[in-house]
Amino acid sequence: MAEYETLEADILVVGGGGAGLRAAIACAEIDPSLSVAVISKVYPMRSHTVAAEGGTAAVIKSNDSLEDHAYDTVSGSDWLADQDAVWAFVKEAPEELIQMEHWGCPWSREPDGSVAVRPFGGMKTERTWFAADKTGFHMLHALFQTSLKYDNVTRYDEWFVTKLLVEDGRCQGVAALELRTGKLRAILGKAVILCTGGAGRIFPFTTNGSIKTGDGMALAYRAGVALKDMEFVQYHPTGLPGTGILITEAARGEGGIMVNKHGDRYLQHYDLGKPLDVHDPNHPQLRQMELGPRDRLSQAFVKEMEKGNTIEGPYGDFIYLDVRHLGEKKINKKIPFVRELAKNYAGIDPVHETIPVRPVVHYMMGGVHTDIETATSLPGLFAIGECACVSINGANRLGSNSLTELLVFGARGGKNAAEFASENAISDKRALEAQARDEGERIVRTFILKQGGTERISTIRDQMTKAMEAGAGIYRTESSLKETWDTLMRLRERFEKIALDDRSNVYNTDLTTALELDFMLDVAASVAFSALERKESRGSHQRTDYPDRDDAKYLNHTLVYRTEAGPRVEYQDVVITKWPPAERTYGKK
Amino acid sequence: MGTPTTQRTIKLEVFRYRPEEEDEPTFQTYEVPYREDWVVLDALNHIKDTVDGTLSYRWSCRMGVCGSCGMMVNGYPKLTCAAFLRDYYPNAIRVEPLVNFPVERDLVINMDDFMRKLKAVKPWIIRKKEQPLAEGEYRQTPAELAQYKQFSMCINCMLCYSACPVVGREEGFIGPAVLALGQRYNLDSRDQGRAQRQETIFGHEGIWECTFVGECSTVCPKDVDPAGAIQMAKVQGAMEYMKTLLPWGQRS
Repeated sequence: MAEYETLEADILVVGGGGAGLRAAIACAEIDPSLSVAVISKVYPMRSHTVAAEGGTAAVIKSNDSLEDHAYDTVSGSDWLADQDAVWAFVKEAPEELIQMEHWGCPWSREPDGSVAVRPFGGMKTERTWFAADKTGFHMLHALFQTSLKYDNVTRYDEWFVTKLLVEDGRCQGVAALELRTGKLRAILGKAVILCTGGAGRIFPFTTNGSIKTGDGMALAYRAGVALKDMEFVQYHPTGLPGTGILITEAARGEGGIMVNKHGDRYLQHYDLGKPLDVHDPNHPQLRQMELGPRDRLSQAFVKEMEKGNTIEGPYGDFIYLDVRHLGEKKINKKIPFVRELAKNYAGIDPVHETIPVRPVVHYMMGGVHTDIETATSLPGLFAIGECACVSINGANRLGSNSLTELLVFGARGGKNAAEFASENAISDKRALEAQARDEGERIVRTFILKQGGTERISTIRDQMTKAMEAGAGIYRTESSLKETWDTLMRLRERFEKIALDDRSNVYNTDLTTALELDFMLDVAASVAFSALERKESRGSHQRTDYPDRDDAKYLNHTLVYRTEAGPRVEYQDVVITKWPPAERTYGKK
Repeated sequence: MGTPTTQRTIKLEVFRYRPEEEDEPTFQTYEVPYREDWVVLDALNHIKDTVDGTLSYRWSCRMGVCGSCGMMVNGYPKLTCAAFLRDYYPNAIRVEPLVNFPVERDLVINMDDFMRKLKAVKPWIIRKKEQPLAEGEYRQTPAELAQYKQFSMCINCMLCYSACPVVGREEGFIGPAVLALGQRYNLDSRDQGRAQRQETIFGHEGIWECTFVGECSTVCPKDVDPAGAIQMAKVQGAMEYMKTLLPWGQRS
């Protein structure tokens, strides 16, 4: 780890998932003379965009409108989304999805060859484009394969970014660990775009892959940039118990129903409308029952559990998702992955049996605070996708808005970063290199050469995830959050005494796991702290000690800053342009 | 992951290779709890978390779609997130890196050559003229989609490269997944780039190297059927070659 070599590009994209690749392509197309580096801790096709299933929203059909997409998004967000950002998002969404079509994404089609759409939760009109139920997989591979044609895009696959390099008030590079050699190097750039995805792994039970450790959020937080709305964590209502593997909302979009242990479609008791018979031509009804928003459905599960209406299992309580009435043909055509996953990981065939499901941590609405142009408060630093918070998702993201978000803001961010890079130069190469050298020495000192450590990575990680679930889960209180916060602070101290088993250089995943845990402890603390400070209930943030939404005090975004003395919170007003706060209604009253 | 149902255990014999410390690979045996619903990847994670943090391997989604965790399980290429312990119990399970690739360390293989081949087939839509986005999507009927859909399902897990005897023998062979990907674009009604992929697919390191053993399709976890794609390309290639032999068929 003692050798240093400085690498350089005009624009650095940290993360090679959907957002990163879309941004890289945008940069590459705007100006072929710009060099773009995509730096990712995994090969791009391993990125977690790959696991998105049900689809991606954009207005394309004549029965739909941008106003409806915007309204659904704003009401879904419990009025915490910025309406100017939402409007830009819905407006640019259709062209971005057509662009994906031109890049070869195998969208499912209507008989006339136009793209097909399906309904998703919280939507007035069906507008979700899909590629069967592997939409994220197809989008990621189409983006990755398309990115290969640009000669000005260089990839740094399996490079782990440990620090942002900031000099003269601008972000001008990263320190990154090359996994195959264990060397830590400076990669300098005139603009840096963070696209590292979410942080589901701070919880024990999540749909997120092992790589979703909030790296980009922590990198920005440590560089003094605020994290926004971190208290808003989305639980998806239908994950497989035990593994947390996602069963897509498309299963309900296609007509799947949720029943408790008495066979009751219990959602009707939670202000989500009345059920229609599954064979009724109007089933499933939009914005009702099983097509309500994710926060409300996950909360209904907890209430059912409290009433004793859920089924006890070895991995916690569950309810049933029933798609049997769709029949084998439709299941195979529209949701084949659901069948594959249920067969492999739950040992049941959804054609003949009900699928056991329970709420599972799925998505971070919060993230690196950016403006509508994806710029952060640190010049030269941009953030896009799940690691960012623009915000279009507010207190609860609508299903099928996240894939669209990474395209729309990926394209925007790429363009803005390219512009910034053309107007700015690396200011002080030596100073940046010195920072990277210090960072390399820090890692060697803290992890590789450190003696006398006693703590094991997995022990601290398990206790962190358990504390998050226990105190910062679907329902929270002052005391539960305080307890979580205290545990996190103790774990942070214990982390200082960590001992690695592996002190080697080549592909040291013990080291990367420790670095990820280091990041996660920061991100988890930002979630718990922001949740403690928001004394109201809104969307996915439900405080049983403050059960109501409080627009007078909290119609604003939480901005949390990392300081030596601990987190500091500020608030920023929500942008309201067209839809003043109103009651969220799902199902006819 | 939850409560153990029994106290039973199972042995994993894991390939170890740390290039900084040893010249030759060795096998290390670990005894892990046996659980009915555990996959080989769960057992590896158990080892890494609680027994031996020096073991290195790739994984992420643990649901068979990111393509990271391919390894040899008892000599057979498998996604370890889809290889259940119960299918091997009570026998020991031998876990090795995918064969036909250089090993970086432990169960981590070097993918450089695969990534180079992937790019060589030009896996993107090539058109003489782009339709402006404002004119909307290219029309593609469900039947046209069905022409290539199967070949678009590849997750780049590279199990087929480990299964293919030709890959093991002929270093330059472009290989099953990449040939299937080439066909995926050639068969896409929106694409016009067939001629540009000709050299890679039909050249001397392309489809004609394939001896149609068919193992690639057998091991594919996503039913992509690369052998079928290659066979289809061979038939097309042969037809086109025959056409060039005929006096009236010499148009390009």
